[in-house]
Amino acid sequence: MFEEFSLVVAPGETLAILGPSGCGKSTLLRAIGRLIIPQSGGVETSSEIGIVFQEPRLLPWLSVEKNVAFAARGEVERARVKDAIDLVGLTHAAHLLPKALSGGMAQRTSLARSLIRSPQLLLLDEPLSALDALTRLDLQVAIARIIRETASTAILVTHDIDEALFLADRIIVLEGAPASVATILEVPPAARRVRSADLTPERNALYAALGVDTPPIASDNRTTRLFRIR
Amino acid sequence: MPLLLLAAWWYATAFGGIKVYQLASPAEVLRELGSLATSGELWKNLVASIVRVAFGFAIALVLAVGIGTSVGLSPPIERIVDPTLQALRAIPSLAWVPLLLLWLGIGETAKIVLIAIGAFFPIYVNLVAGIRGVDRKLVEVAEIFGIRGFALARRVVIPAALPSLLVGARIGLTQAWLFLVAAELLGASRGLGFLLTEGQQISRTDEILTAILLLAICGKVSESAMRGIERRMLYWTDGMSS
Repeated sequence: MFEEFSLVVAPGETLAILGPSGCGKSTLLRAIGRLIIPQSGGVETSSEIGIVFQEPRLLPWLSVEKNVAFAARGEVERARVKDAIDLVGLTHAAHLLPKALSGGMAQRTSLARSLIRSPQLLLLDEPLSALDALTRLDLQVAIARIIRETASTAILVTHDIDEALFLADRIIVLEGAPASVATILEVPPAARRVRSADLTPERNALYAALGVDTPPIASDNRTTRLFRIR
Repeated sequence: MPLLLLAAWWYATAFGGIKVYQLASPAEVLRELGSLATSGELWKNLVASIVRVAFGFAIALVLAVGIGTSVGLSPPIERIVDPTLQALRAIPSLAWVPLLLLWLGIGETAKIVLIAIGAFFPIYVNLVAGIRGVDRKLVEVAEIFGIRGFALARRVVIPAALPSLLVGARIGLTQAWLFLVAAELLGASRGLGFLLTEGQQISRTDEILTAILLLAICGKVSESAMRGIERRMLYWTDGMSS
C-alpha cells in the first residue's frame, strides 16, 4: 500500500494530506487513528485522538446535545458538552434531531463530539467532502477557529487544494500505488488560515504534484470588478 | 369507500333477492349486536377472545425479543438457533393444530400457544433483520469511543433496530388475531370464533356477520394502537411517513 516513509507532526501543527481518490489517504489516517493496524511499521501517537469522518455518523434518535454527550465518560467530560456545542456554533440547535439538521450542522455536531475527550490529536477524514461549496467555506473557517481555540494538532485528509492551503501549516501529497509521499509543501506562515490570493506558486506546485492536467494559473495584476445585479 | 360498501350491502339484502339465510341485512346485524350486548353474551365472548390474543401476543413478544436479540448480536448463537427457527417457520400455521391438540388438548393453553406461535415469527424475523441491518458506520463510531459488547447493544444496536421490531410486532399482532380465529373455530365454547361457528351451525347469518364485524373492529383498534406506539417511539426516523 505504501512505500516506506516516516512522518513527524509537530504539536499544534495542522497537516493536510492531499492526493487523488483511492491513493490511500484515508487508510493512512485510519492507521494513525488506530482503526487499522499497519502490517509493518508503527504509529506513535498521543493517547486521546478525536476523529471526524466524511459522514456525520450521528445516532438518529439522539438530539445534537445527546449525540455530543455520547462521547462523554463521566462528569468531567459531560460538563464539556455545552462548551463544545457553543464552540461549533450550534447553541441554538442543541435540542434538534439529526433528521432536522443540514449537512453542515450535522458535521459541526460530529466535530463537537470529537472534542469531548480533549484529544491531543484531531483526525479529519475529508470532513467537508459531502457538503456543498458554500457550507464548505463556512465550515473551513469554523474548523480553523476550533483548531486555534483548542490548540489542537490536526491531520486533515482532503482532496480540496484550497482547503488544504487555507487550513494547513504543511501539506503532503500522496501519489502512486504503492503510495508514496510525492511532495511536502510548507505553507507560508502569512498565508495560513487566511484566504490568500498570493499562493499561486504553491497552487501550481500542488497541481503538478497531483498530476492534474490544468495549465498553471497565470498570475497577473488584473483586478476584477463585481457587477451587482439588482 | 366503507359507505359505498354499506350501501351496496343494504341494497342487496333489501331489494336484491338475497335470502336471509345467505346474508343478513345491516339492520338485522345491528339488532343482533344489540341483543348480544344486552344479554351479556357480547362481552363474554369479546373478552374471551381479547384475553387469548393478549396472552399469546405477550408471550410471543417476550420470546421473540429475547431470542431475536441473542441471535442478532451473537454469531455463534445465530448459527445454532436460527436454522432451526427458520425450519419451524416454514411449517404451515394450521399444521400445528393436530400436534397442539394432541399435546395440550382443546383448552385455553392450546389456543394461546397457537396464537403465540403465529405472532412469534414475524416479530423474530423482523427483529433479527433489523439488527443485522444496523448501519456499520454507527457501530464503528461507538467502537472508536470504546463502547463494546452489552453497552454497544443497548446504546446503539437495539435502538437502531427498533423500527424493524415495531413493524414485526404490528404484523405479529395481525397474525395473532388470525390464529385466534383459527383456534376458536376448531373448538371453543366462548369467543368471537365461537360465535362464528355457532352462527353457522344454526344458520344465523346475522350472528356470523356480527362476529365478523367485531373481529374487524378489534383488529382495527389494535392496529391503530400499534401505529400510535410506533409514532411515539419512532419520532426520530426520517422516512416517507414521518
